[in-house]
Amino acid sequence: MSDHTWGVLSNQAITAAGVVYFLALLCALVEWSAWLSRAKAAVAAKELVPAGRGHSVQTPRESERVETNTVESSADGDRVDLDTPPPSGSGGSISEVTEYRAALFGRLSLMLTAIAVVCHLAALIARGMAADPNRVPWGNMYEFTISGSFVVAAAYVVLYRRLKLAWMAPWVLGFTVVVLMLAVVALYEPVAPLTEALNSYWLVIHVIAAIIATGGFTLGGIASLAYLLKNRFPDAALLARVPELAALDRVSYRIHAFAFPVWTFGVLISGPIWAHEAWGSYWNWDPKEVWAFITWVVYAGYLHARATAGWKGKKAAIVALIGLATLWFNFIGINYFSSTSQHSYAAPAAPAVVELTISEGASR
Amino acid sequence: MSTPTTDKGPSGQEKQDVRRPGELNVRELARWGWRQLTSMRTALILLLLLALAAVPGSLVPQDGVDSLKADQWRAAHTTLTPIYERLGLFNVYSAPWFAAIYLLLMVSLVGCIIPRCLVYARAMRAQPPATPAKLTRLPDSATYVTDEEPEEVLAAARKELRGYRIRKDGGSDDSVSAEKGYLREAGNLVFHMSLIIVLVAFAFGSLFGYKGGVIVLVGEEYGFANELSQYDDFKPGSLFTPEDLDDFSFKIDDFKAEWLTTGPGAGTARGFESNLRYTAGASDEKKYDLKVNHPLTVGGTDIFLLAHGYAPVITVRDGEGNVAYSGPTIFLPQSQNLLSFGVVKAPYASPEQIGFQGLLYPFQGTVDGEPVNLMGDIGDGSNAMLSLQGFRGDLNLDAGPQSVYALDTSKAHMMSPDETGKAFNLRLGETAELPDGLGSVSFDDVQQWNRVQISKSPGKEWALLGVSLALVGLLGSLFIRPRRVWVRARRVDGRTLVEVAALDRSGGGDTASVVTGLVENLRGARTQEEKDV
Repeated sequence: MSDHTWGVLSNQAITAAGVVYFLALLCALVEWSAWLSRAKAAVAAKELVPAGRGHSVQTPRESERVETNTVESSADGDRVDLDTPPPSGSGGSISEVTEYRAALFGRLSLMLTAIAVVCHLAALIARGMAADPNRVPWGNMYEFTISGSFVVAAAYVVLYRRLKLAWMAPWVLGFTVVVLMLAVVALYEPVAPLTEALNSYWLVIHVIAAIIATGGFTLGGIASLAYLLKNRFPDAALLARVPELAALDRVSYRIHAFAFPVWTFGVLISGPIWAHEAWGSYWNWDPKEVWAFITWVVYAGYLHARATAGWKGKKAAIVALIGLATLWFNFIGINYFSSTSQHSYAAPAAPAVVELTISEGASR
Repeated sequence: MSTPTTDKGPSGQEKQDVRRPGELNVRELARWGWRQLTSMRTALILLLLLALAAVPGSLVPQDGVDSLKADQWRAAHTTLTPIYERLGLFNVYSAPWFAAIYLLLMVSLVGCIIPRCLVYARAMRAQPPATPAKLTRLPDSATYVTDEEPEEVLAAARKELRGYRIRKDGGSDDSVSAEKGYLREAGNLVFHMSLIIVLVAFAFGSLFGYKGGVIVLVGEEYGFANELSQYDDFKPGSLFTPEDLDDFSFKIDDFKAEWLTTGPGAGTARGFESNLRYTAGASDEKKYDLKVNHPLTVGGTDIFLLAHGYAPVITVRDGEGNVAYSGPTIFLPQSQNLLSFGVVKAPYASPEQIGFQGLLYPFQGTVDGEPVNLMGDIGDGSNAMLSLQGFRGDLNLDAGPQSVYALDTSKAHMMSPDETGKAFNLRLGETAELPDGLGSVSFDDVQQWNRVQISKSPGKEWALLGVSLALVGLLGSLFIRPRRVWVRARRVDGRTLVEVAALDRSGGGDTASVVTGLVENLRGARTQEEKDV
């Protein structure tokens, strides 16, 4: 396969991944809406059912089912009928149908996400193969962005079972779809060889760590954001799919606790080593370095906040989101706002393109 | 807060000192201050403050990072500059207020770590705590009834809890108390102490190190010896002395770059390689191929290849036919394709001073009648062009030191080859006559130059060691789970009631699985034995 074919393949795979992510997002939203209608039904039932009825000792799930069952026979049936198929003749209740629908679309969403992640990976590999000489696909903003969103989606799939991330599906998929779209629309650059300073094996080490940590922090930030929302609106039916606060806090912590050492390695060990090789000094107060340091300090603050009285929970989650904001500002903002950064891969190689057209014209 | 007080003063508290509630003496105040400073909350706020304080340094150009940019910024913002100057915003990372934050943070850190080290040292020697009376009240616990003897169950539990420290119990031995994960706190302490190593090493490097840059022409007759006077720019640490300069010298024999002619990167270069010959101290001459990402280390000094460019050899003859200027002239690249700008000054030309400024096109072409540079590769020079604006008169050299890369034309007059006011355009080997018999200028040859950075950051190995230790400690403190497990077995109604409980002291641990796993193993061990029997 020629380099050009690889490049085309990469672009097509990215498009395919984007489409499949979008389908997965739709499935996730269907699942979410099933939870939403169940939660609404439960609320409505609570209002309808006289206070004495829920007295018997039941597990929450059982009582929920009992209460939703009441809906079927009572006044609020019309709304439920609108968005759920009528119960089949075998006498399945609406709540069972809803639950079945939730489970089905949840699984479907996960499966589609997994397929999209594979497409996404293929796009990254093809992108690297399209360059001459072949290289890692981390030479410019477009490539960093598609790699970062890949890590977010892949980490979600990998940790799905272990951290029970099913609730996160629409958040992760929405994020990935939007980021991929932005990357393709705003950041796309044709495949080019690496600039000389990037041509080092430290690129692989440093950027792998930075991208993995960025993906991890993003997932953890989604959990923290969910925590804050759930904390603010504990009874919102819209957030019925989101687990309870303690679980959110735990998930957020576990992802952050993984990403933080990776970030430490990426920006405070491999980064300075490479900076020393390439620029002659291991710490240059380059704006990108400064912001990586700021991110590190803020996340260190998050880990401490979780262990400090008065900072647990809400404040810690806010600190985590500040950390995420600094991280993404560093990734995007510094390249556009700071003129002094030596991390100059974001600078568009406009002159080279101009010369190319001119020299082609001249040789004709 | 909780002490009852009266408005009538201290009369009701004769035994105590005469002072108002809340009043502290100096010692108490100091202790209170120390407690506050070393509290987690303060450390947390200082951390966030440090992050905030680092922000302006990334937005305002820094003298220590890019002094040229900083000067340009000063010139462009005349109102803000004095305010910024007073706030130290051009030198954030050496500003007193920045130092105050990280020094306070370090004191807070030390004040937090030392007591915790002592506590840890005691905890290391301590026994796991006695078994709580009601194990079933712990968040994760399980009970089962068996026909085994309590001693058997406990013996099996001790065997199962391998890797745990088990309390040696004298008195009530109906239970096993086990603990593990002591290294979590060790990791935590190592992490924080390593940060201090890193900070000290970094400070040492910034104080005693230096960073300098020099442009060296490629060729046998040029070179660099490591002396202060040879540097173009030099940024020493505040405790640096010239004796710290390592004794070495080098020459650049050849420089090669691989120019891309096709593909999206066409017109740019890669694969830079500079062939050096260097001598360190009294040792023999050695060779080294200097490349980007591949520095040369001599003693404690590192030498890096940062940039390259062209130096056209220009000769200026004055009106009397004497050579007023001659030699390779360093032109600074304006873009990736090495379109370069440079200046020639011939102050001793007679009858008038002569100056030139202009562009070097390494590979010139024409688009719409205008010269453009097509690529950076000069090749044999047959497509190279030098386009110079000429000036005559006073080059204003008496006004003070001038940059060699800038021409002061405020007192000089422009001169052109003819009435059109155009520049002197020279191909390689060409000579142009100046008007009014002022002399001539010729473009004789092109040489290459390399910009080399030379730096010394003592203590960098210590910084690397510190940060690596910090990472190891961090991993320990995040992933080692401090865990206590208890098993109690006692006779109840002729059978043995076994209670198992676990507690994760870091919070968020998965103790439920530990309990179920242990119960399964204990019961499984029994069924296994039954099978064996």
